[in-house]
Amino acid sequence: MVRSKAATRVTNDIRRLRFDNGEMTQAELADHIGVTRQTIIAIEQGKYSPSLEMAFEIARVFGVPLDAVFQYQAPTITEE
Amino acid sequence: MSSEEKSAWVLLVVSIAGYATYAAIVAVQAASVPLLETAWVTTMLWTIGGGIVGGIVFTIIAGMFSPKDAGKKDQRDREITRFGDSVGQSFVVIGAVTALILAMVEAPYFWIANAVYLAFVLSAFLGSIARVIAYRRGLPTW
Repeated sequence: MVRSKAATRVTNDIRRLRFDNGEMTQAELADHIGVTRQTIIAIEQGKYSPSLEMAFEIARVFGVPLDAVFQYQAPTITEE
Repeated sequence: MSSEEKSAWVLLVVSIAGYATYAAIVAVQAASVPLLETAWVTTMLWTIGGGIVGGIVFTIIAGMFSPKDAGKKDQRDREITRFGDSVGQSFVVIGAVTALILAMVEAPYFWIANAVYLAFVLSAFLGSIARVIAYRRGLPTW
């Protein structure tokens, strides 16, 4: 799972899913959903949170539910 | 690097190079004649025109190195462009307000035109920096 270095709390398993799907390249995934390869790289690195529609498109390419691709790390609230 | 990131770099370089050229030419002229009597109108028009043409030419040249990605723009590019525009827009407003105040106090045309020109340059320059940072580090998540 790729942990985000950016402020986004959304993490994803795209890299693993690509390799599980015949070692699909970033360019191939980008072509499937109609974005640039740089956008796939940014999503994988947690530098960009895709729209809900794009997230569903990525999940559809891999044939898995949305939460198998993206996860949300809820902030832990500490009470004093 | 996507074609949109390349165009952000081109605008960044062209905007600062154009203004630096203008400032250098006017400064050289100001060494021999008073600042307000320099050929600043002609110089400004040439550097603005040169900046527009240079931006188009360099964007085309950058696209030639990766023709597959040339002109390709997706959702992330549009969001980053919008972010850069919102950063740059504030400087256009600052420039307009400055020009308004200068006109009210009947300042020479030189200062009014230069305030507006500088605001356009800062808008393009800082908007481009915001875009480049967003491409490199991600969009802010406020």
